[in-house]
Amino acid sequence: MNKLYIFLKYFFIVVWTVFVVAPFLWALTTSFKDFQSVNGGVTYIPWVDFEPNLEGWKVLIKSPAKGGVDIIEPYFNSLFVTCTASLISIILGTLSAYALSRYTFKAGFVKNNDITFFFISQRIMPPIVLSIPFFLFLSSINLLDSLTGLIVVYIVLLMPIAVWIMVDFFNKVPREIDETALIDGCNPYQAFLKVVLPNSIPGLIVAGMFCIIFGWIDFFFAFILTFTEVQLLPVKIVALNSSVTPWWSLSASALVSVAPLIIVAFIVERYLSKGNLSGAIK
Amino acid sequence: MDLVANNLSYKPDDQYHLNEVSFNFKEGNLYTILGRTLSGKTTLLKTIAGLITPDSGEIEFDGKNFLKVPVWDRNVAMVYQQFINYPHLNVFENIAFPLKQRKIDQSIINEKVMDALKSVGLVGYEKRKIQELSGGQQQRVSLARSLVKNAKILLLDEPLVNLDYKLREQLREEFKNLFSKGLADETILIYSTTDPRETMELNGEVIVLDEGKVLQVGPAKEIFENPNSLKVAEISNDPPMNIIEAKISDNQIRFEGIDVEAPQHLSKLTEDGLKIGLRSSDIELNKNGHEFEVELAEISGSETLLHLKRGDTKIIVSIEEVLNFKIHDKVKINFKIDRAYAFHADGKLASSPFGGLNG
Repeated sequence: MNKLYIFLKYFFIVVWTVFVVAPFLWALTTSFKDFQSVNGGVTYIPWVDFEPNLEGWKVLIKSPAKGGVDIIEPYFNSLFVTCTASLISIILGTLSAYALSRYTFKAGFVKNNDITFFFISQRIMPPIVLSIPFFLFLSSINLLDSLTGLIVVYIVLLMPIAVWIMVDFFNKVPREIDETALIDGCNPYQAFLKVVLPNSIPGLIVAGMFCIIFGWIDFFFAFILTFTEVQLLPVKIVALNSSVTPWWSLSASALVSVAPLIIVAFIVERYLSKGNLSGAIK
Repeated sequence: MDLVANNLSYKPDDQYHLNEVSFNFKEGNLYTILGRTLSGKTTLLKTIAGLITPDSGEIEFDGKNFLKVPVWDRNVAMVYQQFINYPHLNVFENIAFPLKQRKIDQSIINEKVMDALKSVGLVGYEKRKIQELSGGQQQRVSLARSLVKNAKILLLDEPLVNLDYKLREQLREEFKNLFSKGLADETILIYSTTDPRETMELNGEVIVLDEGKVLQVGPAKEIFENPNSLKVAEISNDPPMNIIEAKISDNQIRFEGIDVEAPQHLSKLTEDGLKIGLRSSDIELNKNGHEFEVELAEISGSETLLHLKRGDTKIIVSIEEVLNFKIHDKVKINFKIDRAYAFHADGKLASSPFGGLNG
């Protein structure tokens, strides 16, 4: 029984690992192939199965004039827009989540839960519904095809995630901790900054991670709201596709675009295992 | 510097949490707020701390309107029944937190924190994380944090209730020592509890609270000897005082076919609906006594609690030894009737063996 359990455990771990890692390996090998190696049947091992070359990668950094696509600028655009929008969303979202968790709001029949739901409802609407108002809104304030415009739109999309996660998190932080801080001489702002926030780091990290992921992978709004001045990475990658599908550079760009998320995931994993709230209340 | 409250009321929902509560607390004294759970004890303490603003009423401290002072300027300290500490700080930083907040010199902070650690017996634990401490130690940290401030008002909200039996005994001893050590010279100490025994041991001025209302105020001994109503008698005894519906006539207390000779302080009460109150410790097993049926027998510590029944009358007897009984066993008991109380039909005290409202 025990042996069977161990066998099954490792069996499923191996299967899952293969399932997760194989696509990456495949993309990695493909990115070093040329036209012939891709279309010449199934090949995996460089120098044995096929002759690796750097064409797929070179295309990504060559300027369009030299037949490349130059994803460097879109890459940094994407980084900038995602990070700025995530940061602002986390700050605004955390503040509103704290207010929603600790204070009672009432406007007619609208109460705290309704306000929280209003935030989440922004994510329930299909993006296509939002695209027209966003387009008209940005064009009326002259922010179409600009980084600022994209950041504004992304904040609308990301802040609900931050509010949603942080309201739930703050609800789990005992109110008595805030009260003790007040009794110990903090005003409400100090109580929030010195006591509640340091104990909410795991929540902030989770919220931040979700914001970064959703911001980074967005294609739809980047596609609708930008034209020529500004381009984001997902749009640029799709634009790679021409009459001949360039599998090698597509694979290379896929790897580059997934890299920041992997780095974020590793950092986050470290922090998440560290922080916990036990000891606040027993 | 006195803490005076007038007609404090607080009704956040359809129930009163505080109902016309008034008191006059003097510095250097210990006040115990005794009441069952949800009786408004915590609400009262939070109102004094400033965490709750009452709907009506006034609080004055040192002659000034206390309600206008925000929590963080009130110079109160509070220990919660849950062990509240700052989980992101270690023991030393936790205790130093209120001092740092006042921007006091680091060397003075160090000195004061060490003193506080000494008085709660946690020297050597400065660098520990809060999560690494046991419940009792965590509660000591929060006690130290409230002591270090030299607050004028120290609020302790059922500080022992979440601890196990042994720790509770030990910490209670330490509390008594701390309170008697002159800590309380300029401090108003307010201690809330559900435990009558704790109340008697602390031996301060007692405020009995129920459903947000003050039922009785007086020294612990007075509350114990002369509870002014059935409710107070119930709240201030554990197990609750036995209440027996009885009739007194011809110098006899009669109930469930039992006749007991009425002691002098009860003999003149002949009204209808009279209720006789008798503590569970004032009933003893006796071979020549009256027969009752055992409904339940629990052994708690070194005593046995017998839940007995005869007709419609149910009583609890506590016996100072461990005895085994089966359900439906018959036992014979005797009443120490000269220690019985009598209450009017409306619950007010009619007569007590200690001379309250005699006859």
